Amino acid sequence: MSNVGIVIVSHSRKIAEGAADMVRQMVGDAVPLAWTGGDVDGGLGTNVAGILEAIETAWSPAGVAILVDLGGAETNSEMAVEMLPEDRRARVLVCNAPVVEGAVIAATESSGGSSLAAVKRSAEEFYA
Amino acid sequence: MSLDRIARERLVRALAASVISHADELTSLDQAIGDGDHGLNMKRGFEAVLAALPDLADKSLPEMLKAIGMTLVMKVGGASGPLVGTFFMELGKALPERPSRADLVAATEKAIEAVKARGRSEEGQKTLLDVLVPVHAVLAAGGDARAIAAEAVQAADRTTPMQAIRGRASFLGERSIGHMDPGARSVSLLIGAAVETLAFEVNT
Repeated sequence: MSNVGIVIVSHSRKIAEGAADMVRQMVGDAVPLAWTGGDVDGGLGTNVAGILEAIETAWSPAGVAILVDLGGAETNSEMAVEMLPEDRRARVLVCNAPVVEGAVIAATESSGGSSLAAVKRSAEEFYA
Repeated sequence: MSLDRIARERLVRALAASVISHADELTSLDQAIGDGDHGLNMKRGFEAVLAALPDLADKSLPEMLKAIGMTLVMKVGGASGPLVGTFFMELGKALPERPSRADLVAATEKAIEAVKARGRSEEGQKTLLDVLVPVHAVLAAGGDARAIAAEAVQAADRTTPMQAIRGRASFLGERSIGHMDPGARSVSLLIGAAVETLAFEVNT
């Protein structure tokens, strides 16, 4: 599949999973999708290892767009991107968009075959 | 400065103890202006660092610092994991095995720049940078262990009247004023532990 992958990162597992359910309902299996939430002990938070795993799961040659909720999710996502192999790093972008709405819009854009830049732009229009 | 294996292990244990023994205080600082998990997160990270002993201390100083940084990145969570972890990792990358004081000044400056980039933050925004930057200035100006430790404490205190611009505390706007920044306090504790251990090790 060459549609852009979507990764959902929330401090809460339930929010991440719920947002992913909404994305699936919108776009079915047309888009590679993964979610992660919670710290390494299962409490509220985000963790780099979980984000790296989600990027791997949602990997697409067209790239991966990451949707995050609060600051720590963004910082940990950027850290995870830097830890990727060099040839993948430039193909993963963290979107500045609300996590639920952004994920649904990004996935809808991706399901039409749009580029990573277009997917990110659509998600971020929510804040524009 | 040359740290043998025993000194490296002593340094790691002192760093970890400084944060773990203050976990409750860090959590209450974070409950005031953040999401209340900072003490727990830092404790988890440094417990993982302790669990990596004794192998951790078998590594050279730069490799040991990089490994500490990576452990903190993977285990702490929150924004503090990548920020404090990046500091240790970049310090490890920039330091030679037997650093001079000039090496330490240069490496610390690089590590601080990396933290700024990671957090897209600057001094004056009520973050750990408000301890790192002034402490670095004292180090660069030739301050001794006591002066560095004192500046670390005072710099953390100076975050109390600041208004948060970055991080979760920035949601509070002016209500973030009047509370010490938990990240600044953590870094202040780590610096205090480091200089105490290093002053004991090297008489320079």
